Amino acid sequence: MEAEFVYIGLAALFGLFMAWGIGANDVANAMATSVGSKALTIKQAILVAAVFEFLGAVLAGGEVTSTIRSGIVDAGLLVDTPELLVYGMLASLLAAGTWLAIASANGWPVSTTHSIVGAIVGFAAVGLGIEAVHWGQVGTIVISWVVSPLTAGFIAYLIYQSVLKLILHQDDPLEKAKRYVPVYIFFAALTITLVTILKGLTHVGLDLSLHNSYYLAIGIAAVIALIGAVAVRNIRPDKKAEKKQHFHTVERVFGILMIVTACGMAFAHGSNDVANAIGPVAAIISVAHTGAVASKSAVSIWVLVLGGGGIVIGLATYGWKVIATVGQKITQLTPSRGFAAELAAATTIVIASGTGLPISTTHTLVGAVLGVGLARGIEAIDLRVVGRIFVSWVVTIPAGALLAIVFFTILKAVLP
Amino acid sequence: MANMLANIFGSSPVVPLEKHMGIAFDCARQLRGFFAAVVAGNWDEAAAVRTQIVDLEREADKVKKEIRLHLSKSLFMPVPREDLLELLLVQDKIANRTKDVSGIVIGRKMVIPESIAELFLGFVDRNVAAAKQARKSVRELDELFTAGFRGNEVKLVTAMIEELDCIETETDDQQVALRAALFKIEADMNPIDVVFIYKVIDLTGEIADMAERVGRRLELLLSH
Repeated sequence: MEAEFVYIGLAALFGLFMAWGIGANDVANAMATSVGSKALTIKQAILVAAVFEFLGAVLAGGEVTSTIRSGIVDAGLLVDTPELLVYGMLASLLAAGTWLAIASANGWPVSTTHSIVGAIVGFAAVGLGIEAVHWGQVGTIVISWVVSPLTAGFIAYLIYQSVLKLILHQDDPLEKAKRYVPVYIFFAALTITLVTILKGLTHVGLDLSLHNSYYLAIGIAAVIALIGAVAVRNIRPDKKAEKKQHFHTVERVFGILMIVTACGMAFAHGSNDVANAIGPVAAIISVAHTGAVASKSAVSIWVLVLGGGGIVIGLATYGWKVIATVGQKITQLTPSRGFAAELAAATTIVIASGTGLPISTTHTLVGAVLGVGLARGIEAIDLRVVGRIFVSWVVTIPAGALLAIVFFTILKAVLP
Repeated sequence: MANMLANIFGSSPVVPLEKHMGIAFDCARQLRGFFAAVVAGNWDEAAAVRTQIVDLEREADKVKKEIRLHLSKSLFMPVPREDLLELLLVQDKIANRTKDVSGIVIGRKMVIPESIAELFLGFVDRNVAAAKQARKSVRELDELFTAGFRGNEVKLVTAMIEELDCIETETDDQQVALRAALFKIEADMNPIDVVFIYKVIDLTGEIADMAERVGRRLELLLSH
């Protein structure tokens, strides 16, 4: 079957391009907070992003990829015409990619996740018929788009309130920071490792019992917290930049914590966003291999590696520039605020990844930042921009859908 | 797309407000040299200082306009925008009063009578000290934002404002003494000159008043 190779080749190409785009643009939102707060240098940020985006994609990206691959379109209706699914998924990749390019060129804040889901729903509803869409699943996804920023905002609010109470309002914030920051590190590391172990490791062949999973996660988190505690102990007040309350040094203590949450954020981003690029690819491959659609097998590792690799290439070729630019603009998010936002967002995203929900990492992070703002942590938030983000949220879905329908019609006419 | 996150941060008014207060104090501080030159009858020196005062006042105005321009209504901040604008306004008045008072003195080539000169220079000195204490308090703004306007940092700033109030009370007492001293000798002086010396005393005293109002505005921020 020659067509099979054409399909897989095209899919891999488009998927790689999408992954490249995610690495080039999207990663910046996950990493720029850490660069802006000076917790990481740009080089360190790129290293962290490359390693943890890749790990996130490969270890924990499977669930969301499954959802994009087979959760939205009812493949049961396509038993006789599996090639329609191939056209549709190719069209969706093209549509999302095109829409993202248009939006980037105009500076519109749009989400990769929203465009790809909009595109898939669009081609399925129009190209295959309304009944071909798993509306229940789509409804869950759309609700998760509302819930995830709210959840992240709520968690960020609580975390930042605790920082105020335990550290910043105290008589000796520096001593308190040194005491509590390792605890925050422990919980940050615990959340990320626990979700990864519970949800991710099975498909790399490591199957632990529930108890052992918890023990392992607690062990890893404890080791990371210990390393953090040592690093924190070594921070001495810098006399020159200092006033009575030592807030400058306090922020440096939080900087250590932010290195951990930056890793978590990169991991979370990789785990959720890789699916936007390779979910459709996985769908096409399973059709091309088996000639049928329905197979519920796990996403093969090499597809995840392709996606993770694409993200890293995007990061290396272009993304680092964007990280630097965006980082310069986010100086208001000092480590004591930035970690709260990152930890809240990363936790929300990793849990969504574990349950297979494709959410927008950037919107979740924006929600978390607003949560810190509501706790009076941010000097100035521009509500007009928040409004614009909301509008683009609503517009992106029909735009992605429309483009997908156009590409689907073209591909159906052109491809064998 | 990538700048979505960066753009939700509006330009923070905190550092510019501190900068503005710094310029306003720099302006007020010139009054020491200015009046020293006036008392010594060195009008060239006084004119040179006056030029500096005018420049600094203008710079303060420029920063004030910039802050207002960027402090748009769509900003969500931990403290009300109006309170920050009010703070900016009283800070600016410190520079304005400095310019006004130096303008009158230079315009009329006013001579401060020798018998009250020492009292007067001491009075100027404490008014400048009040402006300095106001600057010290405003410089804590960034720390206040960091601390979320609660806890120990608030105690620190409250203590600074109390100190500011003490200085202002001191200038009030000095002003009373100065007026009394002037009253004793006013019969022997040109009435118009006397009226203007009273005016100069009032305007100079307003520098400490404005500094105190900076403290009041800061207190309002603390109560949020």
